Amino acid sequence: MTHGVTTAHAQPQSFLRRHVFSVDHKVIGRQYLDLALVAVVTGMVLSWIMRFHLGWPETPVPGLGKLAPTGAAGGVITPEYYLALMTMHGTIMVFFVLTTAPFAGFGNFFLPLHVGAEDMAFPRINMMSFWVTLLAFLVLLSAFFIGDGPPLSGWTAYAPLSAVGKDAGPGQGVGQTLWAVSIAMFCVAQLLGSLNFIATTLDLRTRGMSLARLPFATWAWFITSVIGLIAFAVLMPACILLILDRVAGTSFFIPAGLVISDRLQPHAGGSPLLWQHLFWFFGHPEVYIAILPGFGIVSQILPVFARKPLLGPRVFIVCLIAIAFLSYTVWGHHMFLSGMNPVSATLFSVPTLVITIPATIICLLWIGTLYGARLRFTAAALFALGFVSVFVSGGISGFFLAQPSTDIYLHGTYFVVAHFHFVMGVAAMFGIFAGTYFWFPKMFGRMMNETLGKWHFWLTFIGVYCVFMPMHYLGLAGNVRRYSAFTDDYLQPLIPLHRFITIAALFTGAVQLIFLYNLIRSRLRGPVAPANPWEATTLEWSTSSPPPHDNFGGHPPVVTHGPNEFGGAGPRDYVMQAEPQ
Amino acid sequence: MGKLFAVVVTLIALASATIFALHIWWVPPDISTHGSRIDRQLNETMVVAGVLFVGAQLALAFFVWRFGASATARPIKSFPGGPTPMVVLATVLVGAEILVLTLVGSKVWADVYQTPPAPGALQIEMQAEQFAFYFRYAGADGRFGAMHPELMNDASENFFGLDLANDTTARDDIVVGSLVIPVNQPIVLRMHSKDVNHSFYVPELRIQQDIVPGLVIPLHFTATTPGKYELVCTQLCGLGHYNMRAFVEVKTRSDFDQWLKEKAAAL
Amino acid sequence: MSTAVLPPAPTLPGRSVATADGGPERRVAETGVWIAIGTISMSFAALTSALVVRQSSGADWQHLHLPALLYVNTLVLLFSSMTLELSRRRLGSFGLHATLILGILFLVGQGLAWRQLAAQNLHLATGPSSAFFYVFTVLHALHVLGGLGGLGLVERRLAAGALSRTTFKAAALYWHFMALLWLYLLALLTIRG
Repeated sequence: MTHGVTTAHAQPQSFLRRHVFSVDHKVIGRQYLDLALVAVVTGMVLSWIMRFHLGWPETPVPGLGKLAPTGAAGGVITPEYYLALMTMHGTIMVFFVLTTAPFAGFGNFFLPLHVGAEDMAFPRINMMSFWVTLLAFLVLLSAFFIGDGPPLSGWTAYAPLSAVGKDAGPGQGVGQTLWAVSIAMFCVAQLLGSLNFIATTLDLRTRGMSLARLPFATWAWFITSVIGLIAFAVLMPACILLILDRVAGTSFFIPAGLVISDRLQPHAGGSPLLWQHLFWFFGHPEVYIAILPGFGIVSQILPVFARKPLLGPRVFIVCLIAIAFLSYTVWGHHMFLSGMNPVSATLFSVPTLVITIPATIICLLWIGTLYGARLRFTAAALFALGFVSVFVSGGISGFFLAQPSTDIYLHGTYFVVAHFHFVMGVAAMFGIFAGTYFWFPKMFGRMMNETLGKWHFWLTFIGVYCVFMPMHYLGLAGNVRRYSAFTDDYLQPLIPLHRFITIAALFTGAVQLIFLYNLIRSRLRGPVAPANPWEATTLEWSTSSPPPHDNFGGHPPVVTHGPNEFGGAGPRDYVMQAEPQ
Repeated sequence: MGKLFAVVVTLIALASATIFALHIWWVPPDISTHGSRIDRQLNETMVVAGVLFVGAQLALAFFVWRFGASATARPIKSFPGGPTPMVVLATVLVGAEILVLTLVGSKVWADVYQTPPAPGALQIEMQAEQFAFYFRYAGADGRFGAMHPELMNDASENFFGLDLANDTTARDDIVVGSLVIPVNQPIVLRMHSKDVNHSFYVPELRIQQDIVPGLVIPLHFTATTPGKYELVCTQLCGLGHYNMRAFVEVKTRSDFDQWLKEKAAAL
Repeated sequence: MSTAVLPPAPTLPGRSVATADGGPERRVAETGVWIAIGTISMSFAALTSALVVRQSSGADWQHLHLPALLYVNTLVLLFSSMTLELSRRRLGSFGLHATLILGILFLVGQGLAWRQLAAQNLHLATGPSSAFFYVFTVLHALHVLGGLGGLGLVERRLAAGALSRTTFKAAALYWHFMALLWLYLLALLTIRG
């Protein structure tokens, strides 16, 4: 008796339907990953230009003068162009890389496989969410080429700078509106995506796949979807209100009596803090959306290469849920000094510090998993282990920012930049790398080159510490962030440290070429991958590499074990989830 | 490979922690009355953070070193006590630290932002705009003239939008581009923004506060050491954000009085 | 009238409902609509809190008197929910047609109400209360339009004899939620607008 959905779509025949407008979750997942790859290269190049300018502000960037004649005449960046690059860097990385790759990318490919389904619950809506995401990306990029450039208000787009229109500066005309439209579209796409993840996890699990037996990555994707459902539902109306303030003359965020560029602005009564509240109510859960899939991926990968079960699997799940819940109570910690009631600061700092507890438990569970293990050091394993190290580093700096008293000094400095880059720019990226090395064989039917992978790991691991650890020191010295140049007297002694960071950043960026090369070469010429090269347990490894169109060849698996069965004695030290009893 | 990982992680952890501990790059000397409490909070947090950071990285390094795959198939061992020690460690150790830090820190915070200014504080007003700070003193009548946005004009240097023609309280207001204050004098700074969000940050004073257009935000502090300190904007306000700077000049009482008298006479 | 909804399939473990070809179908459509209801509610909750904050932040809030037409539209929408339920339970397509017509009537009525306000010089940018009125009612109307699309799909499948109970239930759930949401917005705008 079959339990899967009757195949709503047999394998389509035309090239377009198979590879472009496909409703197959595996194709959609790869499309998201490809989009994220383009986005991360774009975002990284932007950061190289920014860092180069910070280290050597008067030196022209070769070739940039031709690409951006207004923003970088003669190859030297104007202050407004620096801020525009910074805004686009942040927006692209947070939305189109960190929300897209680990969640929409890997999640789309593997969630149906993990639960034993043939596809997502709503395949056509799934396809639509990808194309809306791609469209949103193109709308965002168009800001580079339309009007007087991209907005300069940061990825956080605080009002009234972002709301008053072009009086506020270059890029604040049509560029900012394009930004808001792009993000609103992205929200819609994410909501549709979350819809699919949740419905699939709840309704399409194969026989024997109870919630308790779900793989850790799927739990993470499921919980992330729930977080996203609420968070993106708040950001979207906020963007709509912002657009209305910009083009329709409303005053949701703009108070009366503003004089900008010598012009009295025709708005009245709005509240700039309202934007901040709405944005951060989305923004803080968003950073957990960015990292939770990484938690799931690391918890999925470590047991495979440790050859022993994850320590405390139920505790892990409870901690994920606790983090998700608490993530909605802490948004004000981005606003301690914003002008909101100071009493709120103390109120918000409490759950902010409490959220450290489940995060610490999870890190300790990972470390405890290594106890008594038999570690196999593949590239995937190294990135998973590296994740633990960098997440600990990034998480601990949060301690300083979570307390209002120390935040008085450190807010708005490079200490904050160090913190969020460690947890997002490094840890979340390591999660993506680990997932790539781990799942590449399954996705493409070929093995990646392990030697290149290891070089990629070592140079990146050392490189990221060289880039971001010094930023803590800059912050302690009071170096303010979002500055396009360091002209203040007290910043002059810090410029050598900035140059060190720039060199490290350019070096680490160049190292990623190894990864890119490995990806392409392995796709074309990698050794053929078996079904289960890592001897893992979850359902994707019980089907071919890559899986057939309907995932399990018309035979939905029957699950008899959880995902954590490692470490047995005897020749085979693991039990697969769909192992016959 | 495992041993290499352990060595690299250990070196990184120890090197980073050492640089923190040696204060190679550190906060500048504190010149405020409340700053020592913030510095103590910072130092205590640094110690806790340092212990946790080094401890976690070393534990990770040690386990990776010790438990690499070996030729003889060692039996797999589970962490003694299972997940319970982790939960207890995190909740008790981290939780206890959190409790202490929060309780002490909330008092430090309240001292700065939730207490009223000392009686007899000197009132100064500040106007933040793209991309400069301006300050005004009440003048002989001790009253500030009303601010009119429609009269604000940078070219004629009417930064506060004063109605000099009709408003007598405005005529003796002293408007300058530096925050000049006497040492050991409580100051109340009422902060306005003309256009977008800005922020007031003086690292040596251990004080920072966003300035929100549409709101008047008061800030109070007392400087303890004469000198000239940079005041910078920390809230992204547009292309000139990096250059938006003023100076806080802390003068001796007599120097300040002299300066104020000269300024009033020059009106 | 043909009642082209199929009887439930023989019981299977798990939650399943019959489809046209007789195989099992999980209640994904219904789960999906519940999730959508959750997320749409969250959006309107965010806008509600924005309204509350805006009301207290500026001294310029002028109470907006809702056009009486809105109450007529409310009755139309509620009535359309009733006809939908009748159609769904008695499996008749007449009720479904009536719902669609009433739904369109509701949207037309909303459009007329907007024009009435515009005639009184109450536009989007006139003041905060009118701004929120338009934002709330336009967003609601857009979601109702989506609901009409869903009902159109239901009607097409009913006519083709390929409608499952689940799909009908999911579309109905969404439609009733639109009515509920409207009642909430009406109350909000009356009391706090």
